[in-house]
Amino acid sequence: METFVITVLLTLLAIVTVAIIRQRNMYSVVILSSVYSFLMASVMLVLDAVDVAMTEASVGAGISTVILLATLYLTGTREYPTARGTGIPLFVSVVVGAALVWGTFELPAFGLADTVIHKHTAPLYIEMSQKHQMPPNIVTAVLADFRSFDTMGEVTVIFTAGIGVLMLLSGRRRRDEVEVVKVTESVETFGDDVADENEPDGPNGSAA
Amino acid sequence: MMFVVGTAAVLLALVLAVAAALRGPTVFDRLLAGNTIGTLAILLLAVFGFWAGRPEWLDIALTYGFLNLIGTLAVLKFFRHGDLAYDVEEDGAIDSEASS
Repeated sequence: METFVITVLLTLLAIVTVAIIRQRNMYSVVILSSVYSFLMASVMLVLDAVDVAMTEASVGAGISTVILLATLYLTGTREYPTARGTGIPLFVSVVVGAALVWGTFELPAFGLADTVIHKHTAPLYIEMSQKHQMPPNIVTAVLADFRSFDTMGEVTVIFTAGIGVLMLLSGRRRRDEVEVVKVTESVETFGDDVADENEPDGPNGSAA
Repeated sequence: MMFVVGTAAVLLALVLAVAAALRGPTVFDRLLAGNTIGTLAILLLAVFGFWAGRPEWLDIALTYGFLNLIGTLAVLKFFRHGDLAYDVEEDGAIDSEASS
């Protein structure tokens, strides 16, 4: 049952990926990438990684869709085919993908409990989380208790990145407001001629 | 057995929704299909959770529902205003133009 569901979802993922590559309208690309994130979240869910699926759905389908749309508002919405050939990038992609697939051959089978990573610190985590009355979900206990300083650092990094993105986006808007003020000042000072010169560069011209 | 049939039906609907998202001539068709795919992901989460004996996944399904709604609203706001934090007065002007 899991294998069947994952097969269907991965096939849909491949189809959506090809559609994203072939699509030239960037709005459609953003929507299709949000579809991709929902499908990917479903795959992770079937693999019993609900927390990762949650992150994929909120970041991939929620935040990054909004950020990509904000970027599209600042740039154009149509992708023009490049004049350069696609041979070398395709070759590099295929080689890197083949190397990654080759690397998975050495991995232990999915869900096998008898491997090295499950014998090193995992028994300690399981034992200590019961002993110290930590959250019943051991993944949560590891992230929020055993590695809480690590998680705090991660949150700090994400917070800083969010503030940076907000500053970049709001800095643009403030400059637009400054331009508006400049245009109105020049209208009051110099009359209609200067205003006509300024108008195409103003925020009204670029927003249309 | 019931959950297996339900999962198969949701997967079939997912295939149809992805086909609609790929075909849709306008962006809004794709947006509708994308919203449907989000809803189907919630259904798949719920049905598969019950099949796997983890009915507590329903809480996560609720959060997915919020995300899907907010995502669609954000995309539509961008289409209409080109911005998430649009000016209310400007919006009123657009509404009066549309009604007149």
